[in-house]
Formats: sequence, C-alpha cells, structure tokens
Amino acid sequence: MQEKTEKQVVIVDGSRLVTEAMARAGAGAFIGYPITPANLLYQYSARRMPLFLPAPDEISAVQWMSGLAATGKLPVTATSFPGFALMLESLNMAFMMELPMVIVLVQRLGPATGTATCGAQGDLALLRGMISGGHQIPVLCGADFESAWRLSAEAVHVAARLRTPVVYLTSKEEMMTKKSFDLSLLDYITAAEIPVFSGEGTYRSYEPGENGIPSFLPVGNPAWQVRLNASTHDRDGILKHSTAEALGNTMRLEEKSRRHLGGYTHYEYDSQEGAEVLVISYGVTASAAREAVSGIRESGKKVSLLVPGTILPVPDEYYDMSEKYERVVVAEENINAQYARLLFGEKLPERIRTMGAVGRMITDGEIRKEVLT
Amino acid sequence: MSNILKKEELPYCRGCGHDLIARNTASALEQMEVAPEDVIVVTDIGCHGIIDGCLNTHTVHGLHGRSVAIGAGIAMGLEERGKKIIVFIGDGGSTIGLQHILEAARLNLDMTVVVHNNMLYGMTGGQTSGLTPCGFRTTTSSEGNPWTGYDLCALAYTSGAAFTSRITGTGNISGQLREAFETAGFSLTEVIEICPSYGVKLNPGRKLREIIEGSGRLPGRWVNERDPFVIKQERKTSDLLKDLDVIRVDHDNRLAGPVSIVISGSAGEGVQHSASILAAAAVRSGCHVIQKGSYPVTVGVGFSAAEVILSPQPVIFCGTDVPDVVVVTSGDGLSHCRNRIKAMRSGWVFADRSLDLPDTGAGVAIHDFRSVGARSACLLALFRTVADTGWISPEALHRTAVESGLPARMPVDRMMEMVKT
Repeated sequence: MQEKTEKQVVIVDGSRLVTEAMARAGAGAFIGYPITPANLLYQYSARRMPLFLPAPDEISAVQWMSGLAATGKLPVTATSFPGFALMLESLNMAFMMELPMVIVLVQRLGPATGTATCGAQGDLALLRGMISGGHQIPVLCGADFESAWRLSAEAVHVAARLRTPVVYLTSKEEMMTKKSFDLSLLDYITAAEIPVFSGEGTYRSYEPGENGIPSFLPVGNPAWQVRLNASTHDRDGILKHSTAEALGNTMRLEEKSRRHLGGYTHYEYDSQEGAEVLVISYGVTASAAREAVSGIRESGKKVSLLVPGTILPVPDEYYDMSEKYERVVVAEENINAQYARLLFGEKLPERIRTMGAVGRMITDGEIRKEVLT
Repeated sequence: MSNILKKEELPYCRGCGHDLIARNTASALEQMEVAPEDVIVVTDIGCHGIIDGCLNTHTVHGLHGRSVAIGAGIAMGLEERGKKIIVFIGDGGSTIGLQHILEAARLNLDMTVVVHNNMLYGMTGGQTSGLTPCGFRTTTSSEGNPWTGYDLCALAYTSGAAFTSRITGTGNISGQLREAFETAGFSLTEVIEICPSYGVKLNPGRKLREIIEGSGRLPGRWVNERDPFVIKQERKTSDLLKDLDVIRVDHDNRLAGPVSIVISGSAGEGVQHSASILAAAAVRSGCHVIQKGSYPVTVGVGFSAAEVILSPQPVIFCGTDVPDVVVVTSGDGLSHCRNRIKAMRSGWVFADRSLDLPDTGAGVAIHDFRSVGARSACLLALFRTVADTGWISPEALHRTAVESGLPARMPVDRMMEMVKT
C-alpha cells in the first residue's frame, strides 16, 4: 500500500509552482495589481518574493518594475488581458530600454473585460504585434505542471540573459486548477544572473558587444554613467533622430531575440514512425491533445504531437517537423486559429486544419475526431 | 564649469524657463556637493526631456507622463541611501501621470519632481494643458482658457508629499530647488514659466508675475512632517512548496477509470473546502485528482461549485463534458448545475431533500443533507457519495476531515455514523 518514499505527492495549483519557480530562478520583486485569473500568483508572491509591492494600476506596475530593473533587480508580475493592455506602452519602453522582466499573462475570455473566470487562448495575436515596429519579445508557455515549472523559470533566465521583457503565457485553468502532483518530478532551478559590465574599457549603456546584448550596470553606480532611453537612441543612450548608429541600435533589437532563439527553444515533439498527421497544441489545450494522441495510438492509428514551449519567436524546427506530415491539426482555445495563422499564414493551406473553441476547453474527443476524419 | 552640466550651451529657445531650471538644478546640486554619479535624472516627454545629453549624471528618458513612476521604481530599488533621484516633467506629463505623482507622494518615496509648468503644451504646438491658468491664451483657446488649471501642489501635499513648493521661474531659483533636493522623502517643486515661442506671443504684454497672481495658484511652500518610504520587511516563506502537505497512500480505491464529481452549493457553505477534503482523501486512496472551483465574482454570495476528477491513472486533461456524479445541496447550487443534471444519461445525482430536481437520466438519491447545518451539508453529501459509489472509503474521507481539524467546526463523526447506518 505504501508509496515509494521518494515520491512527494501533494495537491497543488499552477500559480504556486510558477511563483516558486520564478523566485528560485532569481526573480527579486513582484509588482502587480490583482486581476482574475492571476490573483493566486499575486497572493503567493506576497508571501514568497523578496520584494512585493502593490501598484495602484498596471501602468504603474510596469513602470515601477522598469525602475527596479534599472537598479539591477529582476522583477516579475502577473496579469490578464485588461491589465496587460494597460501595460503595453510601458512594455514597449522596457523593450527599448532593454530592461529584464517577466510578465505572466494568464489568459481569460475576451474581448475587453470578457469573462474573468473563463479561460481562453486568445492573446497570441496581440503578443505577436505588441511591440511597435513588429519586433518580437520571447513568449514561453508551459503545457503541464512540469513544463510550467521549467519554462516560467526559463522566462526569468531569458529576460536576464537577453535584457528584455519576456512573457510567460498561460491561462486560467493552468493557474487555478489544483491537481495531485509528485513534487519529486520537478527539475532543480538555478538562479539567473544579469550579465554585468566586466569593467574593461569604456562603458556605454547600449554598446552591444559580440553577442548583440549590451552588458548591464545599474543606475546610481559610482563607476560609470548609465543612460537608459525609450526614444530612438545611440549607443550612449542619447536620443537621436535617425543617425546610422541609432537606427542600427533599433535594428539590433529586432535581431536580438531571434539571434539567441536557439538558446531558449523549448518544445516537446512526440513523433511516431509512419504517422501522417501532426497535432500541434500548446498550453491548456495541449493536455487535451496528449489525451487524444494517446487514445488514437491505443486504437492502433498513428499520430505525432508537437507541443511548443517557445511560442515566439517561432523556432524553425516547428516548420521542419510540420513539413514531414500530410496533415497538421492545430488545436487552440480561440476561434480564429491564432497560432496556426501565425505559423502558416492568414490563408491556411489545405493540409493545415484548425480547431478552436470559445468559452470552453477543447476536448480530447474533438481532437481525436479531427485527426481521424 | 559645472560638474553636473556637460555643456555650456543648452538646447532651449531664448528665454525658456527650462534653461533656467537646468542651470539652477546643476547649481543647487553643486552647492550641496553631490557628485554627478550620485544623481539620477529622469526626464519625461516634452522640450525639457532633451536635457539628457547635456548632463553628466545618470539619465533615464522614458514615456510621456510616466517619468515619476519609473523614478519611483528606481527609488524603491536603490539600496544605497544618499542618491538623488530628480524627475523633470512638464505640465502635460504631470496630468497624464497624475496618479503616479499622487502615489509617489502617498508613499513618500525619496525623490524630487520638478514640474516645468510653462502653462501649455510647448512641444506639440502650444495647446491648452491641464495646468493652463484661466484666461491664458493658447493656440487652442484664442479667447483665453475657460477653465482653471489643476492645483498640482495641493494635490501632492494632500497626498502626503514631505515637501511641496510653487516658485516663479525667474532669477536664481537654486536655493528653492535645493530645499526640495534636500528633503528626505517625496518633494515636488512646480516652476511656473512662460513659453517664449507660444505663451509670450499669444499673450502680448502680460508678465509672468501678473499671470501667476491672476491664476490663484500663488507661490508657496507646504510641508508634511513624515518619515520617508522604507520597505517593510514582512515575514516571507522561503519555499511555497514546503507549505504543502505531502499525502501518503494509506487507503484503497475501487475505481476502474476516471470519474468526475460536480459539487454545487451556496457560497459560504463549505463547498470548496469539502471538495479539498474529497481530493485529499482520494489521493491518500491512491487516486490521481484534479480539483477546479467555480463561483461568481462576488465570492460571498450566490452559487459555489467545485469539480473533482478522481482517477486510478494519471489524468492529463482537466475538462469534463458530463459528470458521473452531481452533488447538489442548495437552491443556488441547483440553479448553477440544472442543465448539467438534465444532460446526464447515467451516473448519480445526490441532492438535498429541499430541491426540486429536473428530469435526468441519472439515478437520483435524495437525502436530508442540510439536517447537519448548511455549512456541513456539502461534506455530508460527499460522505454519502463515497459510501454509495464505493470509489473511495468513507474512512479515508473521515480521516482526512479529522486531520484537517474539521471536527471543531463540523460534526464529522456524526456524518460517518450517518452513512454507516
């Protein structure tokens, strides 16, 4: 009757795991404004994060986070679309200033206020276009407790490493549903460190170095002048209209997240020899896809599954995998095939099938039916 | 030569008050013998914001209206005392980000905001701002502004700013700025100036002092005796996972496959807690569980529902189409799950005697669950559910309830007796 001693089965929700994972990964502060369904992250953070500050609104939240990041802290927050919408301009600022931070976006049903207590996967199109100029910020997404733990910690690491805001994308059920779970399955998490200026040569706030990422120094440090700028700026951080150096800096920002994509490409690819159909699904819908794939295989049919963990920028690997199949079924909890279109274009080829839902989860039965049709 | 200013020439129109503020800021800091590396100047959007390149200090140039908020974040993050955070903002930025000013004043963050109030939007063409005095002409109010401007100093003062002042932007203002910079806590100084490109031209013959006197927003200084902001060190947990009870398997289950139980009752009647007891009892019986809660945004009124999936194998997907069991203990609960009960073609509904159930294909078991009190009805219904289905034992549920300290609030021993008989 007794379980193996090394197992540590508990009943836990995803918010607790993600908060703990980010804290272990080096998140030094949580600044936020409560919003359903992100409230649990806020509450756990109040108890866990070294610094917790309640902002009066979501604009203040990201501005305070930016100020903290300017002093060398690694801040995180959690919100849902209405709060995220308020954050957008400030996130553009943090992107331009190259300040590390993580925003946990817990999706709920929109548009607008929508339904606070209903999950959804409807914000991906917004994330792809959230930075003016079309630049991309990294978006990571877990699909179960283990990957939520791993990828929310990775979001903190990527933010620190690339000096950029990172979105950890999730949704209501993933953050609020409790499950029995064996804690011994969780990976060890190391604390991220922001790469700081070595002290050799002259410090310029936006001198990119060989890897295209400027090294960091906090404002207020006694050794070197630090200049942070949200306007088009040169390598010193001084506002410039359109000099070659300033535009070069803007172009470097475009390249930064993609250039280092290999270092944070995460996915689960469960391929089956001889399968002609690939199911692609992420986040909450990936669990239904897993059940569906398992059921299809039990019935003797063949099918493969891709669960992207790195949602944006899109790794080339996803295309390499997709090309091998006669048919690709993309399942996501929205009604406009947001990730499918992002991957394969607005006018989807015949071989790309999409399935969605609004106001409810897609079931494993629906995915099974679509694959077998 | 100033050690704060990098250049002698500043990029402002002749006669602009922004030039005066920049030079007097430098002069005040020099009088205080503050080194440039101990100063962080945060600028907003507007003509004043192009000063960065002229400063030897740290500089941060952010968004329109948000400079006070990012400055606030810097003030919160800097652990070393003695740094000077100085925010330059215009009248436009100060109304966009009014909330940020009030919040920084309320928290009494250690920083200074210098409002460059030139009474109109200078950079975008001389339009009326929220601080334009009544009667002052702008490019969008040729007859004079019909409204009175905000009293920014009163707003900051009443929000709790340690030091607030309004000064006329002429002559040597370094002493007045120094008073703000030397304040421990939040200080705001509003410098009234007149834009030479628009203000002077559109209001010919008017003098700055006369405009200020006519506006009713007179120079002055206002002090709140307060301690500056400090971060209160509250007790924190070092590991959120250590707070969780590790559940050992010490009972059996008799499940052949996954089953879902919907529990629907009224807010405040222990629905979520009872569902947690069931979930923990199932885990100690060797099951894998998923537990979801559902309730309206007003958590203290209306229905409260929970859904618990029990399975002998790991469960991945947390959705349920049609439940195997619905437990319903109140009218609110029935209203919430009426359609789900109607849709059932098999399984069981455990309902309180007081409820008028719809037609259903499920078996119906009626009991007087509320006889043990409204707050205990739900747990009693779960005792009945596990006893009748046999999926897990009532003993596992009882032991879990006892270990959670419930007997102090609910008659769990009596419930156990009731389902045994």
